[in-house]
Amino acid sequence: MANILHIVVCAGIVSDPLQTLEPVTGPAGPGLKNEMVLPAVLDPWAACALYEAAALASKNPGSKLWLVSLGPKAKLQQVMMTVAQKVPFELVPIDGPIGGFPDAHSTAAVLAETIAVLPGLDKTKLLLFGGWESDTRGASVTLQLVGERLGISDQFQGVDEISLRDDGSFEVLERVEGGKHQVSVCAGTPAVLGWATGNLAEPRNNPQVGMANMRTIMPALAKAKAAKIEPNGLSYVSVSLPKQQRDTRVVKDLSADQIAAELVEWIGA
Amino acid sequence: MSAEDKAAETIEIDRPSMEVDIACAGFGPATGGFLTTLTKAWNENPADPAFESRVTQGMPLQVLCYERADDISSGVSGVVTRGQAIRASFPALNPDDIPMAVPVSSERVMYLLDPIGASRRSALLRLGDFFLRIGGKLVGVRDYAFTLPWTPAFLNKHGGLVLGIGQFNQWVGSQLMASGLVQIWPGTPVNAPLFSGNKVEGVRLSDQGVDKSGAPTDGFMAGMDVRAQLTVVGDGPVGAVGQAIDSKLGLPPGHSHREWALGMKFVIELPEDSPLKPGTVWHSFGFPEPEIFGFLYVHPERLVSVGIFIPSWMHNPSRTAYRYLQHYIQHPALWKVLKDGTLRSWGAKSLEESGRHGEPYLCGDGYARIGEGSGSTNMLTGSGVDEAWATGTQLGEAVIELLRAGLPFTQENLAKTYEKRRRASWVERGAHEAENARNGFQGGIVKGMIGMALAGLTGGRLSLKAHIPPPHKQIRPFASQSAEGLKLKDAAALAIADGRSFHDAMLSARGWPEIPLDGRLLVTQQDALLLGGKVQAMPGFADHVAFRNPQLCIACGEKTCVAMCSGQALTQGDDGAPAFEREKCVHCGACLWNCGQSPDGEHSNIDFRAGAGGLHSAEN
Repeated sequence: MANILHIVVCAGIVSDPLQTLEPVTGPAGPGLKNEMVLPAVLDPWAACALYEAAALASKNPGSKLWLVSLGPKAKLQQVMMTVAQKVPFELVPIDGPIGGFPDAHSTAAVLAETIAVLPGLDKTKLLLFGGWESDTRGASVTLQLVGERLGISDQFQGVDEISLRDDGSFEVLERVEGGKHQVSVCAGTPAVLGWATGNLAEPRNNPQVGMANMRTIMPALAKAKAAKIEPNGLSYVSVSLPKQQRDTRVVKDLSADQIAAELVEWIGA
Repeated sequence: MSAEDKAAETIEIDRPSMEVDIACAGFGPATGGFLTTLTKAWNENPADPAFESRVTQGMPLQVLCYERADDISSGVSGVVTRGQAIRASFPALNPDDIPMAVPVSSERVMYLLDPIGASRRSALLRLGDFFLRIGGKLVGVRDYAFTLPWTPAFLNKHGGLVLGIGQFNQWVGSQLMASGLVQIWPGTPVNAPLFSGNKVEGVRLSDQGVDKSGAPTDGFMAGMDVRAQLTVVGDGPVGAVGQAIDSKLGLPPGHSHREWALGMKFVIELPEDSPLKPGTVWHSFGFPEPEIFGFLYVHPERLVSVGIFIPSWMHNPSRTAYRYLQHYIQHPALWKVLKDGTLRSWGAKSLEESGRHGEPYLCGDGYARIGEGSGSTNMLTGSGVDEAWATGTQLGEAVIELLRAGLPFTQENLAKTYEKRRRASWVERGAHEAENARNGFQGGIVKGMIGMALAGLTGGRLSLKAHIPPPHKQIRPFASQSAEGLKLKDAAALAIADGRSFHDAMLSARGWPEIPLDGRLLVTQQDALLLGGKVQAMPGFADHVAFRNPQLCIACGEKTCVAMCSGQALTQGDDGAPAFEREKCVHCGACLWNCGQSPDGEHSNIDFRAGAGGLHSAEN
């Protein structure tokens, strides 16, 4: 028996990780060099959440899917031209700043206020989705805070799978150490699920889906409400990127075992 | 398989389809100009009945643009342009609003001597070099470079703009989409035009969920047929739609696509104490080979675009680009300002240099051609972006005129409006002046420079005559026992033996010194592929490079396509035919014209089709 779900995916936009990302410290704190110049993409973790949400909604007729995204309107619009081709959803844009390390509490407040007044949303049917490592460059708290502000106490992080049961309860696989999953059973909605990668491949670009989404996305963007993210007096002690090391070599006729041994040695060095 | 069969070649099934008013193939400066003109007119009066959709009642015009690249900011080019058409569209344009844009502040032209001694110079050129070296500083030679005392007027971009095309496209695109009239869909390659007889009725998008050959696999999704009242073809010189129209309808008598160049460039971050000011523009010639022109454009934020052009008239089949570019930036005149820089990104693109000689039919029933693929690039002034933008605006004005008059997009109506505007414009005048300016290059660099100067200084009234053969005949095959032929064989053996790239081994075999890789500015080509923007290849699409007759490839001795491949996506295959890796292709299109074989005497043996992805850099 299908469950009717109201799924809200919180997904920010981030600088395309394929570009050269360079940390800098500006007057507003740490950020990325030329961040406004870089093309943006939907946060990859949250994108997984969106694809899982769309699959869930399609398996449960009558369900609804909203994508709540906070960012500069122009950037959101550009990102939507790609995302909108993937899966059907209704966009709820919030015109706000991008860049740096915004305060998770302020961001969560804006998101929760927006979700709380979504027309047609039944909170008893709500599954709040987002990326596990998405917010404020990996602080992993915004989604939890949004859930708390909405009064949702069943929260799961690092989710790779959700299986709905006929009685409305569902089983969740959460990532734990050692490459294993913790299996939980939740009595039912509402719940918060911060997704890891899930199990679905990125959907193909489908122009028909894109056209259908655009009928609602363009008007929504036109009347996107503006939001200000308060810094709340935060100060930043230090920020650093993981060190990259590239050592390219062309080799031929090495066995897989030899390559693996070399990699192990290199990682261990 | 010929390009005209592409629509028929795709799987015949019941495809999804939709109707729109205007479908555009490709988003670059030309389409940007077209859509900007359209949206400006609509914004001035959204209630204008001319802008009511003919296919969706009660809605404004349905205008869709499909772009192959994953993002509209992935355009590959650092350019200097006079920008007159761009400024006409944006009278209040402030370059500060566009990342990487800056007004031209100074300009110079340099002749570069060869400090290494590996470049292939004629006796005449060597004699000239000798006198310059003897004259030294007295005649103005510094750092092995002779700076011309003035920049010829036809080259001068004074008052113009230095742009990063990716950033410019992004800036234009965001304004267009904010208007609400236009949708630009990236990551969506157009496979072919939809023909009904000779009329173009829209475009077919590429199939997804197919194998390398295009056969359906799991998750097959048929490309949609987008039926349009007007199809705007702005997909560039190697675009699938333009190629298919040329193939089916032919080119005007005497026209052909025979002159090409590959532009390859680095984007380098200069050191903090760099003396180069934003807006500085350098043009160069003479090094690393006499036929190779070079450029350096300084953007704001200490970024510089520096690159070279390898022309089809460089008859030697050992033409290559990446290694040459590394030698170019190490020339003393450039190295002194670049040596402490950091490579941020890299890119390459084919340029259609035939100009008016390569102009296709500009319009037909249901379609119009704009931009570089319509022969708008002016090869005398070395300018293409502004001309492309201008052709787009001319079509935009024409379309508005036809919409307001309630007239259909027939060949006759488009000729009376779009073509008429273009013929009366500065683009056309420039095209005439440039028409034969480069003829002399078929006879070498000295003759070419004389011909260019003649045309440039007389407004095209005087020029040299030349027969320009098809691109495959411009590649002069080596005699197998010639010195060059033997070096080529050595290079091929070296490439196979130690896994080096063919072009790298080839230049080493020809006496060029090894590149002192430093991991910062001088990096291997494979590392460059991973810098700045990386190469994208969405899974599920067919290979877009195919070999029409593999037997011709196996018999080919030169393998120029492999040597010239910008991304090393073409390598020597085990069976003698090149092997293609879509995941490395930057869609520069160089293989299309760097092929020494032809199954029909005019076109190359390489079929360059529609494909998704390519270089994915925001700084290009």
